[in-house]
Amino acid sequence: MTTQTNTSRTPAAKEPTGNNAGLIGIPPHIGRALATGGGILTIISTFLAWTWTDEFPGDLTYYGYPGGLQVLVLIGGLLTTLFALASYGIKGLRWLTPAGADSAIKLAALAAFATAWYTVIAISAQLGGLANLEPGGWVAAVATLAAVLGALSLPFERPAPDPFDPEDTSWEQFRHKARHTGTVIKAAFAAGTTKPARKLPPYAEILIIVAALALGLTVFTYGIGTEYDELFVGFLITTGFGFAAAAKAGLVNRVSALTGKHRNVTMLGAFVAAAAFPFTQSNDQYATIGVYILIFATVALGLNIVVGLAGLLDLGYVAFLGVGAYTAAMVSGSPSSPFDIHLPFWAAALLGAAVAMVFGVLIGAPTLRLRGDYLAIVTLGFGEIFRITVLNADGTSGPDITNGSNGISSIPNLNILGFDFGQEHTIAGFTIARFANYFLLMLLITLVVVVVFRRSGDSRIGRAWVAIREDETAALAMGINGFRVKLIAFALGAALAGLAGSVQAHVTYTVTPEQYQFAHVVPPNSAFLLAAVVLGGMGTISGPLVGAALLYLIPAKLQFLGNYQLLAFGLALVLLMRFRPEGLIPNRRRQLEFHEEAEAPTVLSKAGA
Amino acid sequence: MTTDTTTKDTAPGAHAPGETVLDARGVTMRFGGLTAVRNVDLTVNSGEIVGLIGPNGAGKTTFFNCLTGLYIPTEGEVRYKGKILPSQSFKVTAAGVARTFQNIRLFANMTVLENVLVGRHTRTKEGLWSALLRGPGFKKAEKASEERAMELLEFIGLAAKRDHLARNLPYGEQRKLEIARALASEPGLLLLDEPTAGMNPQETRATEELVFAIRDMGIAVLVIEHDMRFIFNLCDRVAVLVQGEKLVEGDSATVQGDDRVVAAYLGEPYEDAPGQAEVAEVEAAEAQADAAPRKETDR
Repeated sequence: MTTQTNTSRTPAAKEPTGNNAGLIGIPPHIGRALATGGGILTIISTFLAWTWTDEFPGDLTYYGYPGGLQVLVLIGGLLTTLFALASYGIKGLRWLTPAGADSAIKLAALAAFATAWYTVIAISAQLGGLANLEPGGWVAAVATLAAVLGALSLPFERPAPDPFDPEDTSWEQFRHKARHTGTVIKAAFAAGTTKPARKLPPYAEILIIVAALALGLTVFTYGIGTEYDELFVGFLITTGFGFAAAAKAGLVNRVSALTGKHRNVTMLGAFVAAAAFPFTQSNDQYATIGVYILIFATVALGLNIVVGLAGLLDLGYVAFLGVGAYTAAMVSGSPSSPFDIHLPFWAAALLGAAVAMVFGVLIGAPTLRLRGDYLAIVTLGFGEIFRITVLNADGTSGPDITNGSNGISSIPNLNILGFDFGQEHTIAGFTIARFANYFLLMLLITLVVVVVFRRSGDSRIGRAWVAIREDETAALAMGINGFRVKLIAFALGAALAGLAGSVQAHVTYTVTPEQYQFAHVVPPNSAFLLAAVVLGGMGTISGPLVGAALLYLIPAKLQFLGNYQLLAFGLALVLLMRFRPEGLIPNRRRQLEFHEEAEAPTVLSKAGA
Repeated sequence: MTTDTTTKDTAPGAHAPGETVLDARGVTMRFGGLTAVRNVDLTVNSGEIVGLIGPNGAGKTTFFNCLTGLYIPTEGEVRYKGKILPSQSFKVTAAGVARTFQNIRLFANMTVLENVLVGRHTRTKEGLWSALLRGPGFKKAEKASEERAMELLEFIGLAAKRDHLARNLPYGEQRKLEIARALASEPGLLLLDEPTAGMNPQETRATEELVFAIRDMGIAVLVIEHDMRFIFNLCDRVAVLVQGEKLVEGDSATVQGDDRVVAAYLGEPYEDAPGQAEVAEVEAAEAQADAAPRKETDR
């Protein structure tokens, strides 16, 4: 840390236009001071009133008490200030920036700036004019702008200038310049290498993991609980830039090194944090979102075995969720089920998984002889065949099994050992309502799937899957029965989806064929499941969980975009895949595949798999 | 130079020498109208290193693929230790014939150790259930597999790089790793498809030693190679494949002395009354291409 400040100050002072000048021509030491001052002023401004009326949601009219979007700006300002102070080498703050502070300052300042300006513009637009801003709003706008300008003037290693060929056409020259500008901007935000961590006692490391998980839970809970659209947009801006800042500072690397070291503690901690979620909510509405996210995430994790580990592109995966849900619904004692059976939940869940597995084998046996694109197309077809079959098995166009498009409705609530999932319960002073009950049950299923994923992935069979994905011919020549191993992956994935489906049937009261399409506006469906896996990171456990949470939350919270919702969503996906093809939480293997030129960590630790 | 002769003399071999390990009879492979391999017979005995040479496109790799179940030969049969080899490549490996590839086909994004562990697949049994339940048997088997894999890595000298990704290894080490991966399946016969392609002389020399060491483990070796010096140093017997047909088979001296072999590689100048210049050309080429014969005569 200290070295960086030294190098940045001395040469840059002598030669401000030198090879490592900042993006903006302010002398770096002034820039650094500006960033720090701007950060502090931002913090102060959030304690002022930004507008005069509580018509703008969140009530930003109080002095001394930040509300709504102000809290987010406050977080951005805090991050900027902390990183900036750390860049001065202040003792006690250096641990914040193991990979260098400058890029982190830039991103943190951008977080505060974007959120503050978004708020200010939203206030002006909504209330009709800048006159609605109180002085606090002006202060915030100016302070964040100053912080960003200061941060952008911080020096960085500029890439060598790349002269263009004078014979190029002007269009080629333009493209060349644009490309060079791109690399310069990329360099401006590049992080240094994370310095190795100081040796900490194990309890301290575990405490850090717990703190990180608690932070994760807080952020997630806040995101789910955002009550109005502006706050959610602000939340996305702040967390996006804030997370990037933490990553550039090297904090993410640090924490992931620790979680890789204490995997069981992390898993237990994450499980406890997730289980704590319904207790933090007073309103069952958010537990509803939580349980749908969990169903989606669990199925995505099951798909990750098929796609991420074995490399089989399955576009009809949601059919297995449907098989599980229909099976559980038919034996639930629902009046519209053709069978008058009411099995206990454990039997229904096992039956759902088993039937889904049988379907997995039946569909897999003929299709898994195909490779690549052909497999994708055939699974897509089988997924639709399932839906159409269920639609037609209504007694008029086919046998009366599934009740056609009406589906199987009035599925009774679960009752396990006298615990009625439909009722509110009070546990230790917390009220746990219907959806929270199902949330906790679903969490257990998720845990089962996580354990299955981890154990199967790290075994003889898991290595065989990866080998098949890497090079099928070589894998066969090494004695792996490719078809059998792929069929196991397919059937296992199907069984896990069926297990999740057996809970889903009870959560949604009704199962209809429309829930299990290839593409649909509401997740889970095959397209969204695959997107969650790819977006989150193929072959990892946390990737699909994070991907599913984002893919569920973002469309649900961006309802106000109306018809443009899917457009914005698609655009975001395209951009993400362009700039981070390995997903949000990349498997180390994948990261290497996509960024061959990057300084590859030659040693792959267990944590990466 | 001395080592090769001594190892040849002292070849112990686990099996009684002379026992036929691989017996290919009348192997023919047609792709539509094209006959890539025509009626080739080849035997490999235990404790033996057999070479397969021939100009580009002679059908060497096709023949290899017929042996390893990648192709099903149109005619003929391949027996391994008396049993006809099955027609799927994973079953061939399970039966005891392992191979490497002409273009390295490692699992690039797996670690060195994982690559070798994949090679252990046929010799281990743990299925999905034992992986999920993680009983004591599973842990024991995993540990045993890892120990065996580490032995093999020690053997080829890559033990220190066990956690490196295979893609990050230098070329020569990738070749070695591919051999270790094949050895992990505990084969009785190892097929090497151009193991020294792209190697420098030192690496070629090291590969030679490695192949001798593998032979000394009691594993018969069949090797395709273009490097004549390498093949004539290494092999007890050499078969020459030209345009899908076996031209000559015999020890190094026989093959090198055979005019038809030289003709296959360099064209056929002597068919119609070779002129003085052409004879000189052939002799020069012989001297240049094969420095090995002198060793043979020395002995």
